[in-house]
Amino acid sequence: MTQENNIVRMVHMGKTFHTDSGDVKALDDINLDIKEGSIQGIIGLSGAGKSTLVRCINYLEIPTNGQVLFEGRSLGDMTAAEVREARKKMGMIFQQFNLLDQRNLLKNVTFPLEISGVDKKTANARALELLKLVGLEDRVKNYPSQLSGGQKQRVAIARALATNPKVLLCDEATSALDPKTTGQILELLKKINREMGVTVIVITHQMSVIEAICDSVAIIDHSHIAESGPVSEIFANPKTEIGRKLILGDGNADSTPISFGDSKNRKIRIVFDGLSAYKPVISEMTLACGVPVNILFANTREVEGKAVGQMVIELPEERSEADKITDYLTENTITFEEVQ
Amino acid sequence: MDASSISMYLKESWATIYMTLISSAVSYLIGIPLGVILVVTDKDGIAPCKPVHTVLGIFINIFRSIPFLILLVMVLPITKFIVHTTLGPTAIIPPLIFASAPYIGRMVESSLKEVSAGVIEAAKSMGATNWQIIYKVLLPEARPSLLVGAAICITTILSYSAMAGFVGGGGLGAIALNYGYYRYQTDIMMISVIILVVLVQIIQEFWMCLARATDKRSRN
Repeated sequence: MTQENNIVRMVHMGKTFHTDSGDVKALDDINLDIKEGSIQGIIGLSGAGKSTLVRCINYLEIPTNGQVLFEGRSLGDMTAAEVREARKKMGMIFQQFNLLDQRNLLKNVTFPLEISGVDKKTANARALELLKLVGLEDRVKNYPSQLSGGQKQRVAIARALATNPKVLLCDEATSALDPKTTGQILELLKKINREMGVTVIVITHQMSVIEAICDSVAIIDHSHIAESGPVSEIFANPKTEIGRKLILGDGNADSTPISFGDSKNRKIRIVFDGLSAYKPVISEMTLACGVPVNILFANTREVEGKAVGQMVIELPEERSEADKITDYLTENTITFEEVQ
Repeated sequence: MDASSISMYLKESWATIYMTLISSAVSYLIGIPLGVILVVTDKDGIAPCKPVHTVLGIFINIFRSIPFLILLVMVLPITKFIVHTTLGPTAIIPPLIFASAPYIGRMVESSLKEVSAGVIEAAKSMGATNWQIIYKVLLPEARPSLLVGAAICITTILSYSAMAGFVGGGGLGAIALNYGYYRYQTDIMMISVIILVVLVQIIQEFWMCLARATDKRSRN
C-alpha cells in the first residue's frame, strides 16, 4: 500500500469551542493520515479530545483550524449536500448504540437507505443480508428494547454498513459492553475490515481494544497527538509519558468474565464512565428509590482523577422496586445493562 | 327524567364533544409545527436560530398567560371574522384554538426534547437532512410521549370548553352554569358534571392506551 492511499487525512486540524467561560481548545494541530483498508486506533483518557476528533472526520463537529480530507477532498470545501453524501460513505457507531427505539431491527437497518431514497424492496433485502452478517437474522421483527447491549451494537454496525461505506467510525463502541461481548464485537469489526475492506477508525480509552484489532494507533493527550505509528512499534517502545502510562501503567482490569452466584433476582451492570463518577451514584440511587441493592462486584480504578469501571448489583425481588431502580438509572443517563 | 331533559343532555354533550374535537384537531395542526420550530431552533437543536426561538417563545407565553375567559372575550372580533357568529359552539372554537395551540406547542416541545441527542447525532452521521430528522426521527421517536401529551391537552381543551356557557356557547358547561348557578337546580348541574367527568375519563384512557400500545420500548 502506498502513501497515497490515505482515505482520511487530517491536516493541522484544530477545534476550539467558544463557551461562556472562555475558549476551550479541544484539539490542536492534529496531523493524522489514515490508510485505506487499515484499522486505526485513537486512544486517550477521557477529556483528551478523541470524541471531538472522530466527529471532525464526518463533520458532525466542524474544525475551526486546518482541514479534513476524505478521499482527497476537503470537507470544508464541500456544500452541505456534498457533506451529507460524504457522510453516507462513512458509517458511525456509538457507545450508547443510538438505535431508533420505535423501529424494529429491520427498519433500523433500512433507515440510512430510506433517507438515501433506496426503494423499499432493495432496502429490506440489503438489511436482511446485513443482519445475517451480524448474526441477528432471526430477530428482524424485534425492537431494540428486547436486545442486550452486544446485540444492540451489532444492529448499529449493520445499520452503519447499510450504505456500503468506505469508513466505519467507532466512538467508544465497546465501552458499555462486558469483556466477553467486547471481544465478540471486536472480532466482528475485524471481519468487516478484512472481508469488506472497510477502513475502521476506533476511538477508545481501553488499550486492550487497540491491542486486539488495530494496525496503527494515535495517542491523544491534552488536545494533541502525543505519538502515533504502527501498534507493534508503539507498544514495544512508547516514547511519551502518556504512552507509557496507557501501555504499561494500568494494564487492563476487565479481562475475565465473572459469574454471580445462582440468585434468581435480576442483576444489572452499571458502567462508570468518569462523568457519573463525580456523583455518589449508588448511594443517591438507594436514597432516591428507597430500595436496598446488593453489590455483587465492583471494579473501579482512578484514571486522571476520574473513576472508571463497573459494578454489578442485584436488584430486589419485587418487580416494581427493581423497575424503580432501572427507571432511576435511565432518567439519570447512567449506562447499565442486565446481566445473567 | 323526562324526554326533553334527556334530549338536552344529549344535545349539549354533543356540543361539548364537537367543540373539543374540532379545536383539538386544529390546535394540533398548529401546535405540532410550533413545537418542532421551538426544538429545532433551540441552541442545541438541529438548526439553532436564537431570534426565531426567542420571539416564538415570547409569543407563545403571551397567549398562555391570558386567562381563557378573558381571551374568549378578547378574540370576539376575530371569532366573528372567522366563523361569522359569536354565538353557539362554533363560536367557541376560535378562542379555544388561540388558547390551546400555544399550550400544545409547549407540550410537543417537551416531548420532542425527550428524544436523545445521540439518536439525532446518529441520523446526522448517516447523512440525514434536517427535514428527514424531523419526520423520521424526532416525531416517530417521541410518539408515545406525544400521545400522553394529547391525553392531557385534549382533556384541558374539554374543560376550557365548559366556559363557553358564559358567552352563550352551549355545551355541558352551559347546563351547569344556567341551571346550577343561575337557578340553583343543583341536581341538573350535577348530572352535567358527571357527564363531563366520564368524558374526561374516556378521553384520558383512550390516549393512554394508545400510547402504551404503540410504545416499542416496553419489553412485553
